[in-house]
Amino acid sequence: MTEAVKDPPPGMVERRGAGLWVSHAIMMFGVLIVFFPIWLAFVASTVTQPEITNPPMPLWPGDQFLVNYGKALGSGVNVPVATMLVNSMIMAIGIAVGKIVISLLSAFAIVYFRFPGKMVFFWLIFLTLMLPVEVRIVPTYEVIAGFGMLNSYGGLILPLIASATATFLFRQFYMTVPDELAEAARVDGASPMRFFIDVLFPMSRTNIAALFVILFIYGWNQYLWPLLITTDPSMNTIVMGIKQMFPSGDDIADWPVIMATSILAMIPPVIVVISMQKLFVRGLVDSEK
Amino acid sequence: MEKRVTFKGWLLPLCLIAPQVVISAIFFFYPAGQAIWQSLFIPDPFGLSMQYVGLGNFEFLLSDPYYRASFLTTAIFSTLVTLVSMVPALFLAVVADRLIKGAGTYRTLLIWPYAVAPAIAGVLWLFMFNTRVGVVSWYLGNLGYDWNHVLNDTEAMGLVVVASAWGRISYNFLFFFAALQAVPKSVIEAAAIDGARFWRRFWTIVLPLLSPTTFFLLVVNIVYAFFETFGVIHTITSGGPQQATTILVYKVFSDGFVGQDLGSSAAQSVILLVVVGALTVFQFKFIERRVHY
Repeated sequence: MTEAVKDPPPGMVERRGAGLWVSHAIMMFGVLIVFFPIWLAFVASTVTQPEITNPPMPLWPGDQFLVNYGKALGSGVNVPVATMLVNSMIMAIGIAVGKIVISLLSAFAIVYFRFPGKMVFFWLIFLTLMLPVEVRIVPTYEVIAGFGMLNSYGGLILPLIASATATFLFRQFYMTVPDELAEAARVDGASPMRFFIDVLFPMSRTNIAALFVILFIYGWNQYLWPLLITTDPSMNTIVMGIKQMFPSGDDIADWPVIMATSILAMIPPVIVVISMQKLFVRGLVDSEK
Repeated sequence: MEKRVTFKGWLLPLCLIAPQVVISAIFFFYPAGQAIWQSLFIPDPFGLSMQYVGLGNFEFLLSDPYYRASFLTTAIFSTLVTLVSMVPALFLAVVADRLIKGAGTYRTLLIWPYAVAPAIAGVLWLFMFNTRVGVVSWYLGNLGYDWNHVLNDTEAMGLVVVASAWGRISYNFLFFFAALQAVPKSVIEAAAIDGARFWRRFWTIVLPLLSPTTFFLLVVNIVYAFFETFGVIHTITSGGPQQATTILVYKVFSDGFVGQDLGSSAAQSVILLVVVGALTVFQFKFIERRVHY
């Protein structure tokens, strides 16, 4: 990101000269430290196995990039990484879209209608804010198993969209929409759904996009849940599949392929975060409020 | 709570709210109810019947040295993760805030690790400290330090803490940086005119103004350390050595799925539920206060 203002009138307390360079040096050092694990993984994904198993491994990329990534994507260890990427993509998009759709609708109902049992439903939804899936894994697993949804996309997605955060975000946003708009729609004889589709939905676009970024990363990075319910390797997601690539006994792990998989696993969320940085920061700050 | 202008009808809103209510009921309320129900029973050794034990599972857990140890482990772990992720983030944010140009570039670079899943972060750090091939452990060995997190409790804890805190540095940096940018320049300059040097300004003006952000991040990071670090623990140590890194969430998993002790696992879920509830209430109370800050 480039700064919008090239040379703002410097305040009197900003450092310049030597102090400024010290600040830059500290920032660069910080970035280097934070980046080092990713750099090392990238290097490991471009060298041969013997280069890694005879430590110390090189700190500069080798020439095995295509070999390792080809091997990972094409065959992997248990299942081709390409398959796991597709599964992760479906799961992440499914969770993001599913959560956004159900919460757009339920927030609309809560804000724009009076109907029997409304407060009960509101509090029922509110309660789901409180319990991460990690806490209720055993019974949720039994529900999914009972529905025969193990090793299915439905089983991966549905339990993770039962949460109220998105509903509350949209509710807060709808509350800021001027009453005149709904009034005008009603006077014009527009049906509630027409108002929703033509007025409310277009106005919510920025919020939807920001929320999509957050939820995509949330879904992509899920670990425990896919670990439990995808016993069939062809349904593994990439984030949980990496652990399965380590041999169980004393065999040496295929580090170049595992590290190539790690890099592949972080590329989609990193692209989403970097390319939608402004929206992402906004969504993050909003959703935690 | 609702608009002054509302639409008429009750069938439509019920249909609109139905998907969320149905999904919450099936995948949230029913399992949560099951957890509470199961926590009152113990299954017989063959899994054929359940025996009602009242609060027996809870009494057993609270007197179980392993469970108490896990509580302590979780407390140490989440305190360390919170510290290790917040202090460097605040430091970097303060430095970045003083830059006239380039702060945005650093932000873009520092944001990366946030997108990396905890489980992947675990694999990356495991790779660096692997006892056989790890680069860092190799150099440590050359310096005469024999790194072995597979056997050494303290080293295992250190490694999972750093791997868990790593991605959170990005997150905390974003919030601290945004908060610092919002501190009015005039206040800082007034203090500078009065002769307050940088550190004095930081301690007496900037840090107090940051306190809402700091408290918020404290709660959020503790919640993260409690519930979202399963992937790190599972990939790096699997709770070992000798349960030294078995945090509460990991224990729910290992007792319930590996040990098949459903009653105890359910009781642990209920205890965690109370912990989450307390943290949520605390967070809401705090946010209420922040509005009037």
